Amino acid sequence: MEWEAVIGLEVHVQLSTRSKLFSGTSTAFGAGPNTQANIYDLAMPGTLPVLNGEALRMAVRFGLAIDAEIGRHSIFDRKNYFYPDLPKGYQTSQLDYPVVGRGSIVINLEDGTEKRIGVTRAHMEEDAGKSLHEAFADETGIDLNRAGTPLLEIVSDPDLRSAKEAVAYLKKLHSIVRYLDISDGDMSQGSMRCDANVSIRRPGADLGTRTEIKNVNSFRFVEKAINFEIRRQQDVLEDGGKIVQETRLYDSVRDETRPMRGKEVANDYRYFPEPDLLPVEIGEDLIKQIRSELPELPDARKRRFAAEYGLSAYDAGVLTASREMADYFEQVAQGCGDAKLAANWVSVELQALLNRENLDIADSPVSAGNLADLILRIRDRTISGKIAKTVFEQLAEGPQGVDEIIEKQGLRQVTDEGEIEKLVDRVIAENAAQAQQFRDGKQQVLGYLVGQAMKLSRGKANPAQVNELLRDKLQS
Amino acid sequence: MKKSEIDKVATLARLRVSPAEADEVTARIGEILAMIDQMQAVDTTGVEPLAHPLDAVQRLRADEVTEADRRDELLALAPSNRNGLFVVPKVIDP
Repeated sequence: MEWEAVIGLEVHVQLSTRSKLFSGTSTAFGAGPNTQANIYDLAMPGTLPVLNGEALRMAVRFGLAIDAEIGRHSIFDRKNYFYPDLPKGYQTSQLDYPVVGRGSIVINLEDGTEKRIGVTRAHMEEDAGKSLHEAFADETGIDLNRAGTPLLEIVSDPDLRSAKEAVAYLKKLHSIVRYLDISDGDMSQGSMRCDANVSIRRPGADLGTRTEIKNVNSFRFVEKAINFEIRRQQDVLEDGGKIVQETRLYDSVRDETRPMRGKEVANDYRYFPEPDLLPVEIGEDLIKQIRSELPELPDARKRRFAAEYGLSAYDAGVLTASREMADYFEQVAQGCGDAKLAANWVSVELQALLNRENLDIADSPVSAGNLADLILRIRDRTISGKIAKTVFEQLAEGPQGVDEIIEKQGLRQVTDEGEIEKLVDRVIAENAAQAQQFRDGKQQVLGYLVGQAMKLSRGKANPAQVNELLRDKLQS
Repeated sequence: MKKSEIDKVATLARLRVSPAEADEVTARIGEILAMIDQMQAVDTTGVEPLAHPLDAVQRLRADEVTEADRRDELLALAPSNRNGLFVVPKVIDP
């Protein structure tokens, strides 16, 4: 009998403010240990928190982007636990009155369909510091630079039914926070971290006991960790065992999850309202202002790309997955005046180049302006599409512009009727047998003859003209 | 409240309750809980939950860096530090 997986994700997104959530300490990445940890972050007696208004606005921006209810009256709470990288002995978080209430996110699945995933809530909280267990032999080093960095924890409903859906949700979330410019979403740097709640059940049955997989730090590992956990739970249940509700860690080297130790009493955080922070009032004016500043979001941009540029839903989806990709495409499309060619070049050739070099589009070795110039040269028939690929490779390698490469290397397409006629005559003379086959009705030989002519011209003859002229000559 | 519950709360709060104190602490916490029960019994239908007794709202701070690096001075306050890190006894979990 079949099993159905039920998955919910808790995603921590680091908000890209300049200063911390409750203090004016810098959040810049890569500073020396503890150079960005000041008296409030260290919980010195007498210090008090003051909420960062920009962090609050970022949280509201996210809420409005997913059509969520905004908590007009938002409360901070203390979540109490002891750990050396948490100097205050509690994390300031939100329990019953989060900034962002119920909303939803539409995810795009591989088969082209969409699914709406509920977002239960999103609340603001501060990050902890870092424990460096490997720093010293018998002691642990503590770096508190990260302590107090603002996070938005986004909790999904248990609406996801497979590891692939979970990854699609995470990717959409990543795309939204990047479009909103509230986080760099970089999973490898910990700016976006994911915990997954996983259970399985027979379809239609009540929810099974869930386990929580902690801190998985890439899209690929999220998929692998969830798949491992689903298989593990199936094995346990099919052997007549029971799932224990517990927190598990994913080990990417061994591709398995295993229980965390010593957590038997830890999940009792004794929350209570933070007496040092007053209730946060979020007024209609603030919401109106933030709503008016919302950028075009990925789903809206995808619809516009389909309507305005005539792209397929698939192409529009690929090109709007990241804001940088969408901006790049629009620059190319507007620069060259042919959106379909631009879509093709960006999603095929450019994407292949970026994958090969393992680069982000922001670091693309070929600028949008250069790619637009290249497409213009295809459109005005200066070069063929095939030669364009050669030029593209060279754009990626050096500082030369499109026209410079074409001129210096003599790649200009031959469109002169006289020259093409000479080529065609020579091909017919040298391939008399094939020419006769064509005349006898074997149409497919034409491709071979065109190929010979292109070879003779070293790729520079205009293939459409060669084709046309060959056909004319052989049929006359 | 049972003694085992007192032990659990003490563990969570990192407090050491000696056997000699245990009976007294159990009795006093029991009294506090009884008072809370009395408060819980009050009918609060229609009353908005109150998170803070002050009739004021949270002031917001501009997102500006106002704190300078005071690492050396602050590290020196801790019992132990090395290589710019605070140093604590080995933490095993997780």
